[in-house]
Amino acid sequence: MSVDSQTVRKIARLARIAVTDDEVPGLVEQLNGILGWVEQLGEVDTKGVEPMASVMPGNMRWREDVVTDGGIQDKVLANAPDAASGFFAVPKVIE
Amino acid sequence: MSALTDLSLAEMKAGLDARQFSAVELAQAHLDAMAANRHLNAYIVETPELALTQAKAVDDGARGGPLAGIPLGIKDLFAVEGVQTTAGSNILKGFVPRYESSVTANLLRDGAVFLGKLNMDEFAMGSSNETSAFGRVISPWKAKGSDAELVPGGSSGGSAAAVSARLCAGATGTDTGGSIRQPAAFVGIAGIKPTYGRASRWGTIAFASSLDQAGPMARTVTDCALMLTSMCGFDAKDSTSLDIPVPDYAAGLTGSMKGKRVGIPAEYRLDGMDPEIAALWDQGIAWLKAEGAEIVSVSLPHTKYALPTYYIVAPAEASSNLARYDGVRYGNRVTPAGGNVHDMYAATRAAGFGKEVKRRIMIGTYVLSAGFYDAYYTQAQKVRALIARDFEAAFEKCDVLLTPTAPSPAFAFGAKADPLAMYLNDVFTVPASLAGLPAMSVPAGLSASGLPLGLQIIGRPLDEMGVLDAGLAIERAAGFSARP
Repeated sequence: MSVDSQTVRKIARLARIAVTDDEVPGLVEQLNGILGWVEQLGEVDTKGVEPMASVMPGNMRWREDVVTDGGIQDKVLANAPDAASGFFAVPKVIE
Repeated sequence: MSALTDLSLAEMKAGLDARQFSAVELAQAHLDAMAANRHLNAYIVETPELALTQAKAVDDGARGGPLAGIPLGIKDLFAVEGVQTTAGSNILKGFVPRYESSVTANLLRDGAVFLGKLNMDEFAMGSSNETSAFGRVISPWKAKGSDAELVPGGSSGGSAAAVSARLCAGATGTDTGGSIRQPAAFVGIAGIKPTYGRASRWGTIAFASSLDQAGPMARTVTDCALMLTSMCGFDAKDSTSLDIPVPDYAAGLTGSMKGKRVGIPAEYRLDGMDPEIAALWDQGIAWLKAEGAEIVSVSLPHTKYALPTYYIVAPAEASSNLARYDGVRYGNRVTPAGGNVHDMYAATRAAGFGKEVKRRIMIGTYVLSAGFYDAYYTQAQKVRALIARDFEAAFEKCDVLLTPTAPSPAFAFGAKADPLAMYLNDVFTVPASLAGLPAMSVPAGLSASGLPLGLQIIGRPLDEMGVLDAGLAIERAAGFSARP
């Protein structure tokens, strides 16, 4: 499998990374280089092998369903690029 | 006072306990060394006021603990409350956390003094420290008869350079595919990645969550043991944290190899292996044998698939983890004139991430996308299971594995411009990461060009003690005393 410029633009859109026309050919070449190399995994016989879910097997822990955090609005908003009236602010979403 | 910076962490601890010098004097000696070595670009932020305040509290008796007064550098991946934390990325320039990572909180609980935040490859993606948005870190080492600047390794390159150049007693590092061990080898220091789950990931900026582990980097194995005990421990805030007691590694350290079986994985002897690396490996085998270890040959048949597996799993996890940098809650934002919120996301991420980070996010996005997920990601997770099984089978025949840490000594800037050539540098470190195993690098000798070379010890899950003991045996036998 290899990617073309249209696929690279689609991946960039999915990843929410703006790419310029100049960047596309280089990305096509680099991504194909990497994808061509990882494709060797296809030759490994993995019939009946469960995909690894966790390196250290163990059960997820349970805890009481209680509030353990909160009341730190000022700390949460302290690093926001734009905050107003105690909220994160973003460009207009609804026309 | 500059001689104070030459002491090992353990010697500093003893000197402070005996009141031969104060914590403030020790911190100041390091701050002076940092100021005199800014050309290495090891620190992104220096925190002299914080360090001296923390040190004074130790001298006044207000702070104590096993690491009381020990001056440390902190990799810029760990959130330190009130100190800029960026992961080496433009997108987080100016980010000042209002919370403390669990690992650094443990070190502070034990009395450590923080000198500053150490430079690194952007989001820990790199093996040479060339991807940092704050400029490359320069190794304090130079090859014999050459003035060329060399890479310190990566991604914990600032940590490696600072420890090697005596700009801190020890440093925190993180290791996803070799980011503690490879830079440690490149600058002639020790570093250990514990078993996955030993050190809490809470407050450590995420790269690939199923692989990321914090660990210490220091000039001796004993120093690593002292820091490791402090850094590790159960943390309810990390769902993968292991609720298992952490031994006092420094107290338990013997360096004895009597009755131990050391496995030598045949597949690590690569075709075309650098003869110097092969000779160093043979020397390491001879040292451990002389210490009473039994040497056994083992096989890890899926070794050659470890790197391609890693370069599917790690970018997949990274593409998911780094989705949080959207210019809304923290980090920097770029809004094109008249742009809507989607334009803002795309422009913010285009401006904020460097080339290697974008490349990995895009690879990860592709391998997780509809129609390709099974062929790439599911297959990689299956091969990863086989790689872990290989180690399990090998550890039925041996107690630890001995291998080289890296396929070469430190290289020059720009020497590995092709991403694939750079990835191949992690060939010996990635397999243990995929299996979540404890592994360390110990300085073992110099190349003909006078550059440090390291040997790697890989252990069973939770057997950091066995890894450290073999590390100490190598350290004693090698008697590595070279310095930049």
